[in-house]
Amino acid sequence: MSAPRLASNALRDPWWLRLPLLMLALAFVALFLVLPLLAVFGYAFEKGVDFYFASLVDEDARAAIRLTLLVTAIAVPANTLFGIAAAWLITRFSFPGRGLLLSLIDLPFAVSPVIAGLIYVLLFGAQGLFAPWLAAHDVKIIFAVPGIVLATIFVTFPFVARELIPLMQAQGSEQEQAAITLGAGGFAMFWRVVLPKIGWGLGYGVILCNARAIGEFGAVSVVSGHIRGLTNTMPLHVEILYNEYQRTAAFAVASLLALLALATLALKQLVGWRMRRATPADGTHA
Amino acid sequence: MRAKHRHALPGFGLTLGVCLAYLGLIVLLPLAALAWKSASLGAGEFWAIVTAPRALAAYRVTFGCAALAGLVNLVFGPLLAWVLVRYRFPGRTLVDALVDLPFALPTAVAGITLTALYASNGPLGRALEAHGWKIAYTPSGITVALVFVSLPFLVRSVQPVLEHLEPDVEEAAATLGAGRLTTLWRVVLPTLWPAILSGFALAFARALGEYGSVIFIAGNMPMVSEIAPLLITAKLDQYDYAGATAIALVLLAGSFATLLALNLLQLVTVRRRSAGSA
Repeated sequence: MSAPRLASNALRDPWWLRLPLLMLALAFVALFLVLPLLAVFGYAFEKGVDFYFASLVDEDARAAIRLTLLVTAIAVPANTLFGIAAAWLITRFSFPGRGLLLSLIDLPFAVSPVIAGLIYVLLFGAQGLFAPWLAAHDVKIIFAVPGIVLATIFVTFPFVARELIPLMQAQGSEQEQAAITLGAGGFAMFWRVVLPKIGWGLGYGVILCNARAIGEFGAVSVVSGHIRGLTNTMPLHVEILYNEYQRTAAFAVASLLALLALATLALKQLVGWRMRRATPADGTHA
Repeated sequence: MRAKHRHALPGFGLTLGVCLAYLGLIVLLPLAALAWKSASLGAGEFWAIVTAPRALAAYRVTFGCAALAGLVNLVFGPLLAWVLVRYRFPGRTLVDALVDLPFALPTAVAGITLTALYASNGPLGRALEAHGWKIAYTPSGITVALVFVSLPFLVRSVQPVLEHLEPDVEEAAATLGAGRLTTLWRVVLPTLWPAILSGFALAFARALGEYGSVIFIAGNMPMVSEIAPLLITAKLDQYDYAGATAIALVLLAGSFATLLALNLLQLVTVRRRSAGSA
């Protein structure tokens, strides 16, 4: 992102244009981005620090935090492995159906989160396709943790693959081929050559995947059943508190999620900056 | 099926297996269930569900508010991208990072926050209602939430194009005596249109399916401020799986049509560009 040569007067807007445009843009940012962000913390602390921490250590809140961490700890590694496998397959081999595979990876971006939840209800719900089998074997997926994990995986699986595919495409495969020619095994090549090469891009994808997995609401809400202490994730807990007019408590839990969002943005900036450092000649964009 | 290996890199079988198994389980099987469920409805029954007055009102609200939010961002998205790329001001990096906030902030958090701000007793809601404009619990509130959610799409699709804009065309326009406004309007803006439209399409597709940020501020009154995704969950709550599936198919068709239009647009742009350079 080389800064354009602003010295050229032809590229510079005159002050009577620059000032109003800048003011308008900043006013929009203040109203739509800064104000809501500040409001989360303002409402969270409106009853004081003690109330804030009491809301966080509340038993249901703790259960929601634990469940969210559990779901994320399953979904993110699973999607990371899939993302690496998909990127390797798509960028290193040509085979029939490659384009179709690419579109399938993008699919969750086009599907409403509610529909992402619905498709699992149709499979595993009370009147679902597999309902008789599940009932016979006493397995519960919908209104239970497995359904939440599945819905979260569906919504978040494109993130790692989407970051890695353009990156690995641009990097090419010369180094991998050299490693293989020199006698490295597949595993050694992956560990010693591929992983160091894609490290920052992989980190970028994992950060985005993680943020979405923790914050996912629509898909999880459809399959969760909202059972307190059992199937409530943090976003669902926020919803319940808010709907029960416990606004301050809702915002206290929400403020944890907002902190996560801020950490995600900071990490994104950092990793994006390191990626541009690592590949100075590259002009690819996410 | 034997792959044409360009080179002898390992892992084709393994990664193909992983991808097919994963996508099969996570995507294809559930989508097949969607097809199976809708096939269980007769054509007449399906038509009756998707054209029921409450469903039609929900599409109107969903598509209308998504389009309106897209139009707002059609103005502010490129403006923000322009300011971020061309102007130097204190806090620019911070503003640039903040643009992604709607991607990073969980939708439920955005939903309750916007509701608290725009409700009658919230700071913004009180001020606006004094002027007779009620935002929360009306379609205006839905639009506000969708503006928030879809803003990054417009900014992030225009920004890289602006960064790579060749300065010579603007310089030529200035040399030929064009005023700065004329240059922006007649020279810069036309080169941005493909990026603006593709950002609009992505934003619109996302807004169609948006749920978490909308349901708190929407009021969710059937016929007035109920979005289509909420109608799906309402039908699910009554164990009306077939009805939910029918509405879901209409919504999916809307998103896919939008993204298809986007792909066609990109195809036309690439053609035109390569024809121009040839």
